[in-house]
Amino acid sequence: MALRIRNQRQDFPGLSRRLAKDRLFKGGVFFLSMVTISPIVLIIYKLVSNGYRQINFDFFSKKAPDTYEAMVAVGAGEIIPGGILNGITGTLFMVLIASVMAIPLGLLIGIFLYDQKTKRYAGLVRDLVDILQGVPSIVLGLIAYFWVVKTITHGFSALAGSTALAIMMLPLIIRSTEETLKMIPETIREAGYALGVPYHKIILRVLIPSGFSGLATGILLAISRVIGETAPLMLTALGSMEVNLNIAKPTSAVPLLIWEFYNDPNMVDLIWSSSLFLMMIVLLLNLLSKQLIAKRT
Amino acid sequence: MNPTKTVLVLASVVVVLITAGMMYSLTSGAIPVFKEFGLRFIVSSEWNPTEGREDYGALPFIVGTVLTSVIAIILCFPLAFSTSLFIGEYYRGTRMASITGTMVDMLAGIPSIVYGLWGFYVLRPMIVAFGWSAQGFSIFTAGVVLAIMIIPYATSITTEIIKMVSNDLKEAAYSLGATRREVIFSVIIPNARSGIFTSYILAFGRALGETMAVTMLIGNSNIVPKGIFQSGNTMASVIANQFGEADGLKLSALVAIGLLLFVITGIINGIGKLIIKKYSV
Repeated sequence: MALRIRNQRQDFPGLSRRLAKDRLFKGGVFFLSMVTISPIVLIIYKLVSNGYRQINFDFFSKKAPDTYEAMVAVGAGEIIPGGILNGITGTLFMVLIASVMAIPLGLLIGIFLYDQKTKRYAGLVRDLVDILQGVPSIVLGLIAYFWVVKTITHGFSALAGSTALAIMMLPLIIRSTEETLKMIPETIREAGYALGVPYHKIILRVLIPSGFSGLATGILLAISRVIGETAPLMLTALGSMEVNLNIAKPTSAVPLLIWEFYNDPNMVDLIWSSSLFLMMIVLLLNLLSKQLIAKRT
Repeated sequence: MNPTKTVLVLASVVVVLITAGMMYSLTSGAIPVFKEFGLRFIVSSEWNPTEGREDYGALPFIVGTVLTSVIAIILCFPLAFSTSLFIGEYYRGTRMASITGTMVDMLAGIPSIVYGLWGFYVLRPMIVAFGWSAQGFSIFTAGVVLAIMIIPYATSITTEIIKMVSNDLKEAAYSLGATRREVIFSVIIPNARSGIFTSYILAFGRALGETMAVTMLIGNSNIVPKGIFQSGNTMASVIANQFGEADGLKLSALVAIGLLLFVITGIINGIGKLIIKKYSV
């Protein structure tokens, strides 16, 4: 056996060199792939090891401390009092309003694109959706500043923040809705037509229920994409030290609080716990949507 | 016309209105600065907000944006491409591939500001320790973090494309005695070339518009950087940085930068989509 292999190698000049190259390449691919996934491990480790001490009941039930309180606590070697309640409520509030704006609209437009697949106007809408999806979030912040802060609320506001987030969510929901509906067998819809079911009932009773998990996945992913956004909120919602549930007033959000903590030397200890919390929420939403996909298949 | 269909068409008009409204708002906001400086705004490297001697040019930010994104794509390529081969070819369908894929997807879930914090507290001290930059704030630092941020976007499309390469072709190459590396270079890459190229174009588009992480690491100096270990600024981060105290001409300058960013990312994404369309038919 061994002899035969040796003979073969003599028959194919350069074979051992080619095999060595092959192994080397595979080793390189393996090594670089491990390098690629190392940041996620390093980042989670950093957040957990630096942040877990600050996470307690107060963290979720008290609003952010002022810089003096934080300074006293740090000086005494204690953990910083207070929490991020104003950020949590602000994030929930703004994401809720953004969802109210973007989800119904996104579903309708997704259904429209599915319905009119080949029409020229639908093609234009699809291209515009692609353009919207590529717009940097900071530019959406500028837009919401002009459309809402300058004209509607005449000051930084939760509504402006929600508008920026809604424009971000919209293309994601439209695309996922269209993709989901495409996978539903055409025959189901035709069966509905054959029975003389009106079109709005086909949408409500056939398309949405049979694509439900796909639609929900798209919505969850869209929410998880915007929940960590900071830049557009800096230009629109601004931030607030109080719990605010008025859409016309400046509002805080978890990422905005992280930014404030980062810029205040006394509060720096709070950035890790807040980041840990924010990331947990995002990962949870992702996990939930993956679960939904798994259920569907 | 069927009332339900009318509702659907009306909803779709919203997309047209939003996009047109965006173009309008950005353009009208940018007009004062273009009136004042003309096209010099794009090529001038002055940034002087002092009242009475106001002078604005976008060149430092354009250069900063392009440099950080190019560094990001160069660093991202070997990592993301290896990972795509790992998931889509070498360990295709195995548990190991799905775990790796999930971890790469998780990278996309980390908020930009968390990348910024990690870059500031972990990466920046390393750059200082290597002696590459005294403070650690540089174009390069921002580029490294951007590279990590765009890896999931580059990886996911490339992996799909690599998986789509027909098995017949690969088997034909194997039967001729090709090694796996030779199959990858002479069958997979040539067949998946346009898709791979597109996924990096789209990842590049992502890098251009990133704001928070870059703002926290680039040093925010409004000059054309002399090297990649100098501090600088990007278009997105100058908007985030200077917006707070901006009004009048300065606000207009920032909006004009936003308009440029909108147009540039639009063109880059358009090229990507065009290539996809051309090759998917």
